[in-house]
Parts: sequence; structure tokens; C-alpha cells
Amino acid sequence: MNEPLLRELVPAVIGVLVRRGADFASAEDAVQEALIRALDSWPDDPPRDQKAWLVAAAWRKFLDSARAEASRRGRELAVEAEPAAGPVPVADDTLRLYFLCAHPALPESSAVALTLRAVGGLTTRQIAAAYLVPEATIAQRISRAKRRIAGLPLDQPGDLATVLRVLYLVFNEGYGGDVDLSGEAIRLARQLAVLTGEPEVAGLLALMLLHHARRATRTGPGGRLVPLGEQDRSRWDTGLIAEGVTILQAALARDRLGEYQAQAAIAALHADAGTTAETDWVQIVEWYDELVRLTGSPVVRLNRAVAVGEADGPQAGLSGLPRYAAVQAHLRERAGDLERAAELYAEAARAAASVPERDHLTRQAARVRQLLRR
Amino acid sequence: MAKYLLLKHYRGAPAPVNNIPMDQWTPDEVDAHVKFMNDFAARLESSGEFIDGQALSPDGVWVRSDGEGRAPLTDGPFAETKDLIAGWMIIDVDSWDRAVELAGELSAAPGADGKPIHEWLELRPFLAAPPTVTE
Repeated sequence: MNEPLLRELVPAVIGVLVRRGADFASAEDAVQEALIRALDSWPDDPPRDQKAWLVAAAWRKFLDSARAEASRRGRELAVEAEPAAGPVPVADDTLRLYFLCAHPALPESSAVALTLRAVGGLTTRQIAAAYLVPEATIAQRISRAKRRIAGLPLDQPGDLATVLRVLYLVFNEGYGGDVDLSGEAIRLARQLAVLTGEPEVAGLLALMLLHHARRATRTGPGGRLVPLGEQDRSRWDTGLIAEGVTILQAALARDRLGEYQAQAAIAALHADAGTTAETDWVQIVEWYDELVRLTGSPVVRLNRAVAVGEADGPQAGLSGLPRYAAVQAHLRERAGDLERAAELYAEAARAAASVPERDHLTRQAARVRQLLRR
Repeated sequence: MAKYLLLKHYRGAPAPVNNIPMDQWTPDEVDAHVKFMNDFAARLESSGEFIDGQALSPDGVWVRSDGEGRAPLTDGPFAETKDLIAGWMIIDVDSWDRAVELAGELSAAPGADGKPIHEWLELRPFLAAPPTVTE
């Protein structure tokens, strides 16, 4: 069974149920249960029309629970009649789901969980495994999120920036479990790009594709981190790079720059270079200037300093750089100050936020200290 | 989201404000304390922020390899160690501020006379997976 293909149907099926009169929370529950049944029974007994099967199964679930609810309350609900599907375009339903699930009123963690389930069609168990969190915790996040958005009007256009932020978060944390969150984020961004045609959506999609193209080369044996400069560029996925660049160029041509397009442009310049030395650092610095203007983020300033160091030499990079050990260490080493570089690498290792990063920086400190002993 | 460890010490933390040991409380005070801890965990479960909570026995020994083919060495119980972990809670929250807020609430668990213990809890961020987008 092609599970990703099956999951592609999920938002459309939720859309059908909502159009037939189900509230979002019940529709989402019903589709999730139908999905779990499908994952269970389809391998042995595949249906001819997958979407029709899911709609029928989910609608039955919804009617069952609505009837149970109705009898609990001791009154009748008018859910028996099944209205014919109207001429409403499916695309609008799906787009509305994106905006609803990644609503600005939700905490980020809840928006991520709800998007992955209602739009991405992942089960609660899969999401929990991907984030190394107990299943009950994810279930709570989802049910709280659904309660939170229950009263929100659905006819207002949602906040696209929040939707993009959620997809970016999913992509950027795309690690644990057997679910490929990066791949999932790309799939959802692709779908969103088709639905909206906004240049920033295209920018985000291009950014993801360009980074995904380098995925196989980013880690070495035992999960050790391989920095950009040392990656085996012959193993970069040229198909993904070409696709990312094409999408990015079309987006940039529309002259509505945003942070994801600028980030994608930087990734494209890296992807375009045969070696670190051949990289067009001057143009990369210009894109970082745009990014600083768009976001003002301190992380962007740091990365800009690295690029300036490459473009104009380490001293230029160091000047005006906020104190940040890993970048300083890199630039000190390039400037020939090995003693200080080793200290700074060790300091950066102590401040690292992940195990591969800490190990990488510790290895760097050890490497520079070895140079010093020679 | 980020995961944090809330670490509770038998020994090794600075003295709490309400510094009467648990075995000198009244049974009702002990019950109230246990109920507070359970309610706190239940609240985190329902807010989707709970990962794990465990308590450790104070008994334990040091274990060390004594070389290949030989039985490991044990030593202890560790009577004179300055630090002794009592237990932990692991949370998964949206921000550092939220982690501090929760640790603060947990530190105010009721102790003797039903007053908050105001004990020191150690709050430690987990090392996570590295991000995909790095430059």
C-alpha cells in the first residue's frame, strides 16, 4: 500500500465531511479513525476507489459518534440525511484546513501536531514517535488544539505566515522516528504551493528542496555532523537542486521578496558551487543583508558574519560580530590564532544544543589542539 | 518545542526555605504533598507537556569496570557523596520561560505546616537533534 498517497486524501476527506455538516473536530476524529482502519485492512483488501472508501468509512464513524452523542443528550440530531456533495472546489477546503490547523491562536507545538494529523494524515502514534514524546501527550495537544479553534470562524482567510512557520518547523526538526518529517513538510509545502501561488510559499518549498538535496551528505558514520565545506558535493541530489532553483527563480521574478525566498537564494548559491572556494560569497553576503533587513534575527547576523569572513577575510567577519563562540572559533582559526580558536571551540561545545553539534565542536577543538602540538 | 529535565535532589541542592524533612511532617501533610505532585503531573499530561516522571530510591552503589574478563567492581552505598538525585520530571514545552514557570510551581509543593517547601530544583535543557537548516 502506498501510505503517502493514502495520506494525501486526508484533508480532502475532512473537507467532504465538513461540507456535509460535520464540525471540524468530529470530522477530524472520524477521518483519523477511518485512516487507522485503512492502514490495517487495505494491505489485504485494497479498495478500488480509495477516496470514496475513506469518505464512506469516515462518514459512518461520524454518524455513529453523532448518534451516540445524540442519545446521550436524549435528543435527535438531524444528521441522518446525507447531502449530495456540492460544487465547492476541493482546493478551498484543503487550504482552509491549513489555515485552521496552523492558526495563530494555537501554541506552535499544537499547530504542528494538528497540521501533521489533519492535513498530513499522520496518526497520533507516528507524530509521537517522530517527536520522541508519549502518544498521550500528542493526543492531548491535538484535542486541546481542536477545542481552542472550535469557535473560530472558518470563512476568514488565515495567516499564511503562521502556516509557513509551522511547515518550516516540521522540516527543520525532521529527524526522529520512522516518519520522515522533512519529506512530509516538503509534501505539504508542495500541496500548499499549488493551492496558493504565493511567492513565499514557493520560496519555502525551494528552500526545503535545496536543503533536502544535501541530506545524505550532512551526516557521516555514527550520525556525526559533516559541515557544508566538507560535504561530498558529488552526492548532492542534482534533481532536487534543479527543481528548487527553478521554483525559486519563478518566485523571485514576481518581485515580492520574503525571508524564505532569501534563505532559498543562499542555499541555491551554495548548491551551485563546486567547492567552498568557488562559492559566490559576495552575493551570499548581499542575500544575508536582505535577510537581516527582513528578520533582524541574531542567527542571521551570525551566518552573515561567516559569509563576510569568506568574502572579505576572517578579520572583516570578526569585526562587529556578536560574541558567539562557534563562529568566532572558525574565524580565529582561519586568521591563524589557533590557541584562541581551540578555546572557543571547546566553549562552543559546552553551549551546544544537540549531541551531534557538541561532538562536532569537541572534535574541532581536539583537531586544532593537535595542530598546536605539532 | 524543547524538552527539559526537572531534577529533585535528596542532597546537594541549597537548603529549601521550609527545611523540615519529610519524615517529620504529619501524615496529612505527606498526603497533601503527594497529592500536589500527582495533580501537577496530571495537569501537565492534560496540557500536552508531560513526558516522564520517576522517583529514585536513595539506595545505590558505584559500579566500575575492573578490566576484561573480570567482574565489575562495586563500591558503596555512597554515604559521603555530596549530591543525591531523588527523582525527575521531564517536560516538553514551548519555551525556556515556560520551563522555569513550571519548575517554580513544582518547587512550591506543600511541606511542613502545609506551607510551600520552596526547594531548589535543577532545571536542565535536553540536547536535541540538530536543525536541518543551518546556514
